[in-house]
Amino acid sequence: MTLDAPARGLEPASADRSGSAGRGAARLARSLAAVAASVFATFLGLLAITFFIGRVVPIDPVIAVVGDRAPKDVYEATRIALGLDRPLVEQFARYCLAVLSGDLGTSISTGNRVVDDLRHVFPATLEMATIGIVIGVGLGVPMGVWAAARQGSWIDQVIRVAGLLGYAVPAFWLGLVGLAVFYARLKWVGGPGRLDIAYDGLIEPVTGLLLVDSLLAGETEIFANALWHLALPCSVLGFFSLAYIARMTRSFLLDQLSQEFVVTARVKGVPEWKVVWKHAFRPILIPLVTVIGLSYAGLLEGSVMIETIFSWPGIGNYLTTALLNADMNAVLGATLVIGAVFIGINKLSDILYRVLDPRAA
Amino acid sequence: MSDALLEVENLRVSFPSPRGERVEVVRGVSFRVGRERLGIVGESGSGKSITGRAILRLIRPPGRVTADRLAFRGRNLLDLSDTAMREVRGAGISMVMQDPKFSLNPVIRVGDQIAEALVTHERRPSREVRRRVIEMLQAVRIDDPERVARLYPHQLSGGMGQRVMIAMMLIARPDLLIADEPTSALDVSVQAQVLDIVDALVRDEGMGLIFISHDLDLVSSYCDRILVMHRGEIVEECAAGRLREARHPYTRGLLAAVPRLDDTREELPVLDRRAMGGT
Amino acid sequence: MAAVDWLLDDSPSSRLQARIGRLYRLALAIARNPLAVAGAVIVGLLVLTAAFAPWIATQDPIVQSLGDRLKPPSAAHWMGTDELGRDIWSRVVFGSRITLTIVLLVALIAAPAGLVVGAVAAYAGGWTDRVLMGLTDVFLSMPKLILALAFVAALGPGIENAIIAIAITSWPGYARIARAEALVIRNSEFIAAVELQGASAWRVISTNILPLCVSSMIIRVTLDMAGIILTAAGLGFIGLGAQPPTPEWGAMISRGRSFILDQWWVATMPGFAIVLVSLGFCFLGDGLRDALDPKRTEGK
Repeated sequence: MTLDAPARGLEPASADRSGSAGRGAARLARSLAAVAASVFATFLGLLAITFFIGRVVPIDPVIAVVGDRAPKDVYEATRIALGLDRPLVEQFARYCLAVLSGDLGTSISTGNRVVDDLRHVFPATLEMATIGIVIGVGLGVPMGVWAAARQGSWIDQVIRVAGLLGYAVPAFWLGLVGLAVFYARLKWVGGPGRLDIAYDGLIEPVTGLLLVDSLLAGETEIFANALWHLALPCSVLGFFSLAYIARMTRSFLLDQLSQEFVVTARVKGVPEWKVVWKHAFRPILIPLVTVIGLSYAGLLEGSVMIETIFSWPGIGNYLTTALLNADMNAVLGATLVIGAVFIGINKLSDILYRVLDPRAA
Repeated sequence: MSDALLEVENLRVSFPSPRGERVEVVRGVSFRVGRERLGIVGESGSGKSITGRAILRLIRPPGRVTADRLAFRGRNLLDLSDTAMREVRGAGISMVMQDPKFSLNPVIRVGDQIAEALVTHERRPSREVRRRVIEMLQAVRIDDPERVARLYPHQLSGGMGQRVMIAMMLIARPDLLIADEPTSALDVSVQAQVLDIVDALVRDEGMGLIFISHDLDLVSSYCDRILVMHRGEIVEECAAGRLREARHPYTRGLLAAVPRLDDTREELPVLDRRAMGGT
Repeated sequence: MAAVDWLLDDSPSSRLQARIGRLYRLALAIARNPLAVAGAVIVGLLVLTAAFAPWIATQDPIVQSLGDRLKPPSAAHWMGTDELGRDIWSRVVFGSRITLTIVLLVALIAAPAGLVVGAVAAYAGGWTDRVLMGLTDVFLSMPKLILALAFVAALGPGIENAIIAIAITSWPGYARIARAEALVIRNSEFIAAVELQGASAWRVISTNILPLCVSSMIIRVTLDMAGIILTAAGLGFIGLGAQPPTPEWGAMISRGRSFILDQWWVATMPGFAIVLVSLGFCFLGDGLRDALDPKRTEGK
């Protein structure tokens, strides 16, 4: 979660008044083609990075398979079987093909195929990050608008500082403190894990999202328990998302409020709340979509830290466990999946931006 | 001039400078406007635009506006509540701004922006609002109003955009229109058309007009009376036809700097600022 | 008063006066912004603490004293003691050295690397530009933390590898800025004039373009400091950064995790240090941006 990422390319495109509708459509098609090319390049880059990391690991991948006491001929045979004697380019091509066919190797700590493991743990992360982003958008956008509309007032200062705290507080620490205060002391929220132990395993996973599955099964009690456990980790994630979204909303809106068309609206006699929420807010809707997308992707990433704290059986926990066990297949698989989702959301919001902007079409 | 629409006495506008003290950009300006066409001329930075905005109370903090009297139809604008001021804006006094590229909201359809200026002041059935918008677009000589109303501002040319702006500012039938450099951002070829439209509408409706410009010729041909502003003060006030008789050295300098078709001068004179004191 | 006038002169008569005047204006702008002042004070305190750690700390940060384990905060131990009886205050004080080292090294590796990549891309244009920026974009679209985790996993745990991993993931941002700045400068008249005088490409880049990118780089680096500190602490927390017994703040929180419910101070205190320092860099960066770059009000 960086301060500036969304600033890139978000300035409302300067109005081009010469373009007719037909040329506009062609321009949109061209810019979408450019996005498609960059998606392709980025995914290839992601694969290259995970491949590279896999190759420079100090642990010899052959030894990881046969153990370090294997005789030399077994070692050699395995080396050839793994394709490690081929040129790098060929190895990379094979690696790409394997990943595309869904083969991420086998985890040495769980003994399962990494793909199956990931499919199993991903919904837990998705559920948490989704509720987090709902909190972030629901509170962050109004806070940002409020701060911008009263620029310089004390409420603006408070929201600014709260926004900066989002960049200064370590997520894992906030989670820990939250557990100590809201779970241990106040008992307002559920503790670590997705459910109380008593409820564990009672729900047959359909979507993997506990809130959905429990409702499908008609188990309102489990639904309530899942919500109780989600409350704290989602609030922590929501805080980071809120901080970022409020900050960006404020700065986008300030930018719009200094535009001439805002003066025009005031000249017309439009009430101030409408000047803010209609005239200044509408043009920032599109860049906000991008910011929200980035924030959502950032929450998937941020869940790595949060999940360790809350013993959340999601992809972040899977990744950190694998890291500590030097389980490289699992590490790279999880990196690849988080990276792919991250890039996917990122690029999707980019496309959305280009499609939604009336000036682009 | 018994029926003055707007009376301005000792209007002052100041902004804080980087060094902390306040700098006055409008320094004690006084004038009255009736149902006539008043021109305010001056170079950039003379305070003419700020004067226009101060009348509508559009100067926001840290800028500060004071005046002994700033009255529109007898009501002191500086005493009005925000709500009462909003009723004056658009329906009493409105303003056409310089560049439609920036003064129209880029993501709202043109027709909706014009309609908003009307419905802000008068509750009316939506069909009637639509009809009024179309009428207004016709009044500013737009041929295909139905189509134009559905466009976004970036799809309009500069001249079209400014006509839309005029339609938007006149739809609520204000008594006074401030036109702040309404043609400076336009191609020379469409400047006259736009001004003719303003002129005709102002005449038909019997409105007052304050025409702010840096262009002496333009102002003297479209206005009845002219104020010349320089460094935040009014240095000259005269009827448009008597501009040639202006006495203030600044006005004389400006006049001398205007090129003529029958010019025989080798070089255009430059303003001699020492003659006027100050900078 | 005369000195102030000289400093604020709108038409300085020498380059020196212009430079000093600019610095003075910058100082004034920062001084007017209370948050920026707070940030500068916090960063200053961090540097002082790191420099004088042995005198500020009350005890040795490494030596264990099992008789004093898990003592709550008191006059003797301002922040309490950890599970090995070490004074947490002293460990936090010495930890400032590690934090400062990490942010400085990352900045010293990543910023110049990004600066050179961006400046070269902008100056060379064409395919060089496309390839370099393509690479930059690929890195920019990656999740930084995950990438850093994967790199450390590959390189092996430890503070040096953590620094390398963070640097690898943070140069692209600088490359983007440097390119944008350099493009503006590159197309300006005075660069054309320098080229007409026969200066080589490398000379133009190094003596004319790079120095002009520096001010926006400083803003950016300052704003990024908080992120770097958090990533480093995160790596330490997971156990991939600084190794025990080094008093690294993230690792200290990790140790305190087991005691969070009863001995809250073990994990909480180092966290406050992280928050304070990160916030300091954020405030300072924000203030610097407002002061140096009044056009951009983003995040103001």
